[in-house]
Amino acid sequence: MTALAERARVAADRIEAAERRGLHAVLAFDRNVLLEQATKLDAAPTDGALTGLVIGVKDNIATLEYPTTCGSRILEGYRSPYEATAIKRLKRAGALIACKTNLDEFAMGSSTEHSAFGRTQHPEQPDLVPGGSSGGSAALVASGGADAALGSETGGSVRQPASFCGIVGIKPTYGRVSRYGLVAFGSSLDQIGMFGRDVRTAGRVLCAISGRDPNDATSADRPPLEFPEIPNDLLGFTIGVPKEYFPDDLDAGVRAACDRAIAHLRKAGAKIKQVSLPHTGLAIPTYYILAPAEASSNLARYDGVRYGPRYAPGEGDVQAMYRATRGVGFGPEVRRRIIVGTYVLSAGYYDAYYRKALRARWLIARDFDSVFAGGVDLLFTPSTPTTAFRAGDKLEDPVAMYLADVFSCPANLAWVTALSVPVGRSDGLPVGGQFIAPQFGEARMLQAASVLEALVDRAAEAR
Amino acid sequence: MTWETVIGLEVHVQLKTRSKMFCACSTNFGDPPNTNVCPVCLGLPGALPVPNDGAVRLAVRAAMALGCEVHGLSVFARKNYFYPDLPKGYQISQFEQPLSTGGRLDIGTLEAPRLIGITRLHLEEDAGKSLHDRFPGLTAVDFNRCGTPLIEIVSEPDLRMPEEARRYLTTLKRILEYLEVSDCNMEEGSLRVDANLSVRRPGAPLGTKQEVKNMNSFAAVERALQQLRDRQAATLEAGGKIELTTFTARTGELKPMRVKEESHDYRYFPEPDLPPLDLASYGIRLADERQHLPELPQQRQLRFEKTYQLPTYDAGVLTATRALADYFEGWVRAGAEPKSAANWVMGSALADYNEHGRFRVSPDRGFALIQLVDEGTVSLQAAKQAFTILGDHPGDQPRAVVERLGLVQVGDAEQLATWVGEVLAAHPAEVQRYQGGEEKLVAFFTGQVMKASRGKADPKRVQEILRERLGG
Repeated sequence: MTALAERARVAADRIEAAERRGLHAVLAFDRNVLLEQATKLDAAPTDGALTGLVIGVKDNIATLEYPTTCGSRILEGYRSPYEATAIKRLKRAGALIACKTNLDEFAMGSSTEHSAFGRTQHPEQPDLVPGGSSGGSAALVASGGADAALGSETGGSVRQPASFCGIVGIKPTYGRVSRYGLVAFGSSLDQIGMFGRDVRTAGRVLCAISGRDPNDATSADRPPLEFPEIPNDLLGFTIGVPKEYFPDDLDAGVRAACDRAIAHLRKAGAKIKQVSLPHTGLAIPTYYILAPAEASSNLARYDGVRYGPRYAPGEGDVQAMYRATRGVGFGPEVRRRIIVGTYVLSAGYYDAYYRKALRARWLIARDFDSVFAGGVDLLFTPSTPTTAFRAGDKLEDPVAMYLADVFSCPANLAWVTALSVPVGRSDGLPVGGQFIAPQFGEARMLQAASVLEALVDRAAEAR
Repeated sequence: MTWETVIGLEVHVQLKTRSKMFCACSTNFGDPPNTNVCPVCLGLPGALPVPNDGAVRLAVRAAMALGCEVHGLSVFARKNYFYPDLPKGYQISQFEQPLSTGGRLDIGTLEAPRLIGITRLHLEEDAGKSLHDRFPGLTAVDFNRCGTPLIEIVSEPDLRMPEEARRYLTTLKRILEYLEVSDCNMEEGSLRVDANLSVRRPGAPLGTKQEVKNMNSFAAVERALQQLRDRQAATLEAGGKIELTTFTARTGELKPMRVKEESHDYRYFPEPDLPPLDLASYGIRLADERQHLPELPQQRQLRFEKTYQLPTYDAGVLTATRALADYFEGWVRAGAEPKSAANWVMGSALADYNEHGRFRVSPDRGFALIQLVDEGTVSLQAAKQAFTILGDHPGDQPRAVVERLGLVQVGDAEQLATWVGEVLAAHPAEVQRYQGGEEKLVAFFTGQVMKASRGKADPKRVQEILRERLGG
């Protein structure tokens, strides 16, 4: 057996074992599909940068090998006739597409409990959530079933589960990676992100799929990113620490782990600077107007006319068919956001909500601009206010669930890039530290995160 | 007391591009259903739109020709509504920041201009087509048309009569055809009109407007608006109230359209899948575009009147389409005297075009035919006969044709005398009347001689001989 085939077999065994244990990170997997790709690659080897890397794909990214369901009844069994640009580029780089991973329905959620096909467990403690919405991808990589995975971010859906699961998660700059084939949630916020157990793996996946795509008018006209040289120290780096991300009620273990990380950064030669992003408090309300508004329109196409299951009452017109199909096909969180989004775009409410939120978004983005213009290269913050929470804890309280993204969604609103890297543990659970960089500042962010990763003991309790 | 009518028009025009507005699918009309489709125009999950720069350029051209201010930066917006032929659940259009605003269209004459304001001209994509008659009891959807590039041209409520609405449409169509922006074919749906109308007492504020859709010709638009005007006036005169109603004129009669329960709220918002439309990034420079704008029909008509000394009527007919005007100028360039060329083009050539759908006789051959008439080789009547034959035989030269057909005029005195003698002998009563003073009968005799000669006699010589014989 070749080395590639062996890698594929080991990954397949691990995926199957984890799923048998009840992890439920995966929505679609066929070991033959994985093994065949290894065979093909052996027959026609490429010198691709990701040759043999086993990758899981969030189930809201179009693939030819497996259905693309978005974790929703309304796309149950749906097979895309085309594949996402990111998938094409992964294959060209020699990666093996292992499986499709679980998610909150249409990526709406922070715990992967809102999947229509059942929740994903935390990879270490089954009664906890892995975070979300890319919880399946995070749990898969954390449990060793794949070397890396694609997720998607609209408001922290990669960094938050990466933080909960103790791995690395990257949210690229808006426009860095093509969205073609990523099923839209909030188009002006959405970006494909990636997970790895270390910065290098996640970063290499980012590099392989980055670059201009003529099929996505919002993709930036830039060459693909190249993985940077990793320096031995952080001399010459100025890292800002925004006070708004360290509120008084921040979880003590999270604070301790982040403080220890900051100490490491300083020891590595970085200049640490206290900064302020005064409009941070606007991020969650702004996000929960803009993202649902776009979602209410993006999800209008799921109407039972052309694909997906159709639920038609015995009689009635096409309106009745729409109501039945969308009523049965969408889960409660998706319906909630469609209703909110429809409301904020309605005549008479548009100015009070949507237009105001657009203005708030610019204020939030300007906060970042001025900090970065003031000589700060990167920001460092906690990725999330707490470690992984118990399944069911926030299911009945949407606002509490939304607040799990309070530190991550500002980066989406500001079109910048950010990354979560493990910085230790609190009561045995992983804590993530977040770097935020200016638009297209991924290279320096990957350098700082790699240096920190080498210094910090991610397995050690912070207190 | 009379009623004043107030009319506004919304015209949707399909742009003449080979591919769709946001994907590479063909815009060809009449292909089998759902063959020109892809993930983008079908709105499949994850697909994204990319604007067609050809369509953008055509829209800019149209906006300039209508005197609009063209905005270097405009914004696509989503118009949200549910309908089975709208696969994304929204139409990509423009709303708050359209491509262009504030133009005008002159529907008057040179002496009496009549300017109608253009509120805006913006870009959008078409929806698919619901087919209700394909399968009994079912609705089928054809997405071939879905994503076809359109411009929507909205007029100010400046039109005051249904006849003016029609003139607005013919004038607009003529311009768009000149620009080669659109085929403007109402039957194929490449030009569609929604009209709204209200009536009021002169000087009173605007009345409640009603809308009418689904007219299949400009005449139908005029007719529908007349009906709507009469209907509103009658309602108001009977003390009634005008309701907000949309009518369909599909059958030629106004019928209220099925009213949806909820009033429409399209929830427009900026299209997040598309950055603002920055003309510069498409290589479109307004100054260049303006310079390359072709001569517009009204300018050309004026030039024809001045340069070629043509009557207004002739200049109007000859500039009705760009193709016709080009054809006429071809005759002039070939050497034809303008008025003579105008007569030929508006007569024989246009009749032949209407029958065959193209100009079959090249300007060079047309001019050669005129020369045969001028030099007296053939009569005008015979030349007209030859014109059709020239159309049927694209390779033949006029001289060869008239010779082959024996149409060359006979000027030979002996032969002419024989024909004249026969005619006079056959009509003794008329000869007597002529000699009694009815001199205009010479035309009758000439006609009879031409008939006897089957058009070959030279009419001038015939008249000379007639007068000689009859002692005139």
